[in-house]
Amino acid sequence: MLSQRRLERRPHERPLFDRSIVARAAADAFRKLDPRWMMRNPVMFIVEAGAAVTTCYVVRDLATHAANGGFDFAIAAWLWFTVLFANFAEAVAEGRGKAQAESLRRTKSDTFAKRWTNGTIEIVTSTQLRKGDVVRVEIGDVIPGDGEVVRGAAMVDESAITGESAPVVREAGGDRSAVTGGTRVLSDTIEVKITANPGETFLDRMIALVEGAQRQKTPNEIALSILLAGLTIVFVIAVATLLPYSIYAGSRQTITVLIALLICLIPTTIGGLLSAIGIAGMDRVMQRNVLAMSGRAVEAAGDVDTLLLDKTGTITLGNRHATEIITADGVEARDAARAAYLSSLSDETPEGRSIVLLARGADIELDEPAGAAFVPFSAYTRMSGLDLHDGTMIRKGSPDAVLAWVREHGGEPSPELAGHVERIARAGGTPLLLARNTCVLGVIYLKDILKPNMRERFDRLRSMGIRTVMITGDNPLTAAAIAQEAGVDDFLAEATPEAKMNLIKREQGAGRLVAMTGDGTNDAPALAQADVGVAMNSGTQAAKEAANMVDLDSDPTKLIEVVEIGKQLLMTRGALTTFSIANDVAKYFAILPAMFAVAYPSMEVLNVMRLATPQSAILSAVIFNALVIVALIPLALRGVKYEPKGANAVLRENALIYGLGGLIVPFLGIKLIDMLLSVLHLT
Amino acid sequence: MTITGWLQALVFFAIVLALTKPLGLYFARVFEGERTWLSPVVEPLERLIYRICGIDPAHEMPWYAYALAVLAFSLVGFVYLYVLLRTQRWLPLNPQHIGNMEPSLAWNTAISFLTNTNWQFYSGETAMSYLSQMAGLAWHNFVSAAAGVAIAVAVVRGIARTSSATLGNFWVDLTRALLYIFVPISIVAGLALCAQGVPQNFNAYTTVRTVEGGLQTITGGPMASQEAIKELGTNGGGFVNANSASPNENPTPFSNLLELLLIFIVAAGLVYMYGVMVRNRRAGWAMFAAMSLLFFGGFTVAYWAEAAGNPLIHHLGALGGNLEGKEVRFGIAASALFATVTTDTSCGAVNAMHDSFTALGGLVPLVNMQLGEIVFGGAGSGLYGMIMFVVLTVFIAGLMVGRTPEFMGKKIERREVQFAILAVLVTPVLVLIPTAIAAVTPAGLATLNNAGPHGFSEILYAFSSTNANNGSAFAGLGPNLFYNVATGITMLFGRFAVIVPALALAGSLAGKRAIPEGPGTFTTDSGIFVALLMGTIVIVGALTFLPADALGPIVEHLLVAQGSTF
Repeated sequence: MLSQRRLERRPHERPLFDRSIVARAAADAFRKLDPRWMMRNPVMFIVEAGAAVTTCYVVRDLATHAANGGFDFAIAAWLWFTVLFANFAEAVAEGRGKAQAESLRRTKSDTFAKRWTNGTIEIVTSTQLRKGDVVRVEIGDVIPGDGEVVRGAAMVDESAITGESAPVVREAGGDRSAVTGGTRVLSDTIEVKITANPGETFLDRMIALVEGAQRQKTPNEIALSILLAGLTIVFVIAVATLLPYSIYAGSRQTITVLIALLICLIPTTIGGLLSAIGIAGMDRVMQRNVLAMSGRAVEAAGDVDTLLLDKTGTITLGNRHATEIITADGVEARDAARAAYLSSLSDETPEGRSIVLLARGADIELDEPAGAAFVPFSAYTRMSGLDLHDGTMIRKGSPDAVLAWVREHGGEPSPELAGHVERIARAGGTPLLLARNTCVLGVIYLKDILKPNMRERFDRLRSMGIRTVMITGDNPLTAAAIAQEAGVDDFLAEATPEAKMNLIKREQGAGRLVAMTGDGTNDAPALAQADVGVAMNSGTQAAKEAANMVDLDSDPTKLIEVVEIGKQLLMTRGALTTFSIANDVAKYFAILPAMFAVAYPSMEVLNVMRLATPQSAILSAVIFNALVIVALIPLALRGVKYEPKGANAVLRENALIYGLGGLIVPFLGIKLIDMLLSVLHLT
Repeated sequence: MTITGWLQALVFFAIVLALTKPLGLYFARVFEGERTWLSPVVEPLERLIYRICGIDPAHEMPWYAYALAVLAFSLVGFVYLYVLLRTQRWLPLNPQHIGNMEPSLAWNTAISFLTNTNWQFYSGETAMSYLSQMAGLAWHNFVSAAAGVAIAVAVVRGIARTSSATLGNFWVDLTRALLYIFVPISIVAGLALCAQGVPQNFNAYTTVRTVEGGLQTITGGPMASQEAIKELGTNGGGFVNANSASPNENPTPFSNLLELLLIFIVAAGLVYMYGVMVRNRRAGWAMFAAMSLLFFGGFTVAYWAEAAGNPLIHHLGALGGNLEGKEVRFGIAASALFATVTTDTSCGAVNAMHDSFTALGGLVPLVNMQLGEIVFGGAGSGLYGMIMFVVLTVFIAGLMVGRTPEFMGKKIERREVQFAILAVLVTPVLVLIPTAIAAVTPAGLATLNNAGPHGFSEILYAFSSTNANNGSAFAGLGPNLFYNVATGITMLFGRFAVIVPALALAGSLAGKRAIPEGPGTFTTDSGIFVALLMGTIVIVGALTFLPADALGPIVEHLLVAQGSTF
């Protein structure tokens, strides 16, 4: 059941043209012909108006049995196809989101909630819950709404939201207290304070987002639309004035031919695909299991100049490994190893386990002393350890804390280990001091393990002009070493939420756009301040609300992918705009000589494609113009090929493919269509 | 085409190239308010002007105040010139007793000079008193050019400044452009032209008996002083009807070269100044490179077409290039060069009859104007016109690097695109629509001398020229109420409908913060940018006019090749 649901949830396992999506999109393409809808897109609205006008001429031709009825009909039909193809592209892009929304909606069934009312539990439906209500969720129950755990801890299956089948721990207090409605408690009982009214929950918002119900044009999309509208006006004037010019030249053009020319010249390729590109961009983010709250956020991701990356989980694997125990003078290695072993026996952290593992290799007694009391780590003491039955106390922890502890117990630690402590810190490791009663035994070297291939990734980011800053709570020495090893450009050590906030403001003050990830409540202000803030789904509600994206997999490395998708989205827009405009050259060469072939036969020289007849020339251009939209739908949905390179290299490549290609391709395409039309005797 | 022909063009261009950097550095100093070597002489005068006019040179204007100042200044200038032309008969310095100008022509002429167009529906020698020439036309030649430069400087400031609400002070920029650039260079150039034989007097015309025994009237007047600013300010309005083809206005090969240089140098210097002021000189050179390539492209076609000549005449046995309508003392190359240069910029002075060019030779000036005269372009107007294309190119191509478009670190967003496209829209609206009206209305066809495609070209040329504030003409088109009013409107909007959005764009850019440049930033100083800029200019600028041009010069060329005439 879980795995099946997961399949539904993960749209990247859905092919680009899923049959059910295509079928629905084809129907939607007709529904979108409604002029009120078309008005939103001035370029395609002009095409529709042109199609409508030519259709009127077809009707007139039928009534009068005009000789050129077939030509008018063909033009009208292909103009309608042009509009339909563009609508289809948009509908396919939307359809992918809709399919996803539907599977989410299945998750969102009404559930019953056990609400605390005046000290007793009352059974209500989830829709009756309001912000501030406290509900009890027991093993096997579905959590009735978004909220925060106020009491207890439980394993929760969040696969309905994240697609991740491994259950996660949710507990009161701290940064793992947020629960999402629709997820299921697998163990224990928790009490949850509801934080969202029905209809405003995370699931509701998610459905609205993927459905595109709230989709608004992004700032860049609006600017591009203005440019396209401007170009459209230019060509409307150029074509409309051609009527009087042709009258002057004694070769009055028909309205059908003028409309055909107009539709070929206005930027229908980009105009028809623009919204599909935007929707598909958000969809690609979603396929990475990241929820973008707006298209604007995805667009901003492409513009990011500075990436703030948390060291832990992004640059390093979350846990550190003990690699070495350095003993103090006069301390036997086995003795130190035994102490280290004992101190970590009950330490369940990955670091603790790695110390146990290391110590075991040192040929020591492995028995567990009876009656020993474990001293857990606390942020206050910054140590953990063991108190043995015989009064022996063993501690390991941050060097200054352990030193202070030794002094407190009357010991006088010798300074000889200080050199090692500093060396380890300088090398990017974490030194843990190991002490027994009044005696410092040695230093445990905990090493940060870098994630593989991070250096290459940062190099790629650098070549794209993005600066990476590592954020860590480590001291500056350790931070510098890891920063160097990982190849980030800069680091912020001993980072506090305020320091992080200041860093963001400083970067923004210099005009840069900043992206960051975060999960804790204290990250929320910085997430809100950053231009692109990605919250981990495992994080708190506050963090998720402050961010403009939520990563359902809680993988901070995703930020880099999101940036790449943003860039790809913008590139696709630019590439198709360039292509669309460059296409006009060939279309002129097809249509202009055809228009004036009768009045000025010598214009045939300009018919460089040697198109068969004036009518087939015009029709071929119109057909090419319509088909190119269909041909480019996969590109619009998938995005142009993206490789992280410097701006000039990317520009040169894209200008060559889409600029020069845009000049040449239509010459070939129109010629080919013309040949087909001739062979089939369609003109 | 001959080697000497090409040498003329290359020598001319080499001198322009050599002058570009020193002039650009000088202009930058002038408009950044720094001291120049002319300051000791000019500064006291400058301060005096500010005191008399009550200008506070430290006061800065936001874009709309700057635009309002431009418009107000132009309106006053219009009224002044109109009144002068309507009353010149009763005013002094009128030895030829020339009458008052009729209202619609005076309206047209006042707008023409106010807008730096110098479209002339009159003949200077029979319609203008010396006072009108000197105090009316020459005044506007100076101030319309200076205003253009001031606006260009304000636009460049908008690009260069960050988080600024203002673009400078129009009155200060205008005064400085006049005192530091146009007046000094005009004095030197005027004297040089005098030395070449251009008249400078207040005498009535002299009538002489020629060697052949006929009578000839030789015009005089304060010509040299007006000739220099006619070129330097890219005005182009000739003192006499024959303009720079007349031996009085342009007597020698040297004066011809000097006049060509005067047309280009301010615009070329401004391009370098742009690089200096935005602190990216390579960007200045990149723009210069795009302009140079378009210049040589235009010249090559024009020269080739003129040198190839007219096949119809070749059939008659007279081989060689097309010399009809050209001064033999200049020849084909210098005439083609002059025609290219005068329409690359908004000058419009001519040393040959453009109407008599071959169809393709005449297409070059036509296309140059339809592009909006951005190949170096008019004094100031070329730079801000080109910047509109740069903004469009940055917006279209900039997306292809995967960032929202940036120009000099500033985001190009909705507002900027809006203003740039508005400025670019002006040309098709003002050229194509009036041409369409003229082509099918009796009023438009009434004063047309030629039929067929060439007649169409004449109409198209008139509106292309007036919209672009060029002022050169294919002639063949007589003044009547329709053309006086219609070209007046195109001149007026051709200038101010570009200036206002250009300043608004600059105002919007000035208020933005600049994002520091990095390896991921789209830059405007690379070879690929030059190519994209030219692509945008040709496709967006020229393709709009392809249908119209096809029905004019292009089809005419094809028909002539076939043997048809009109």
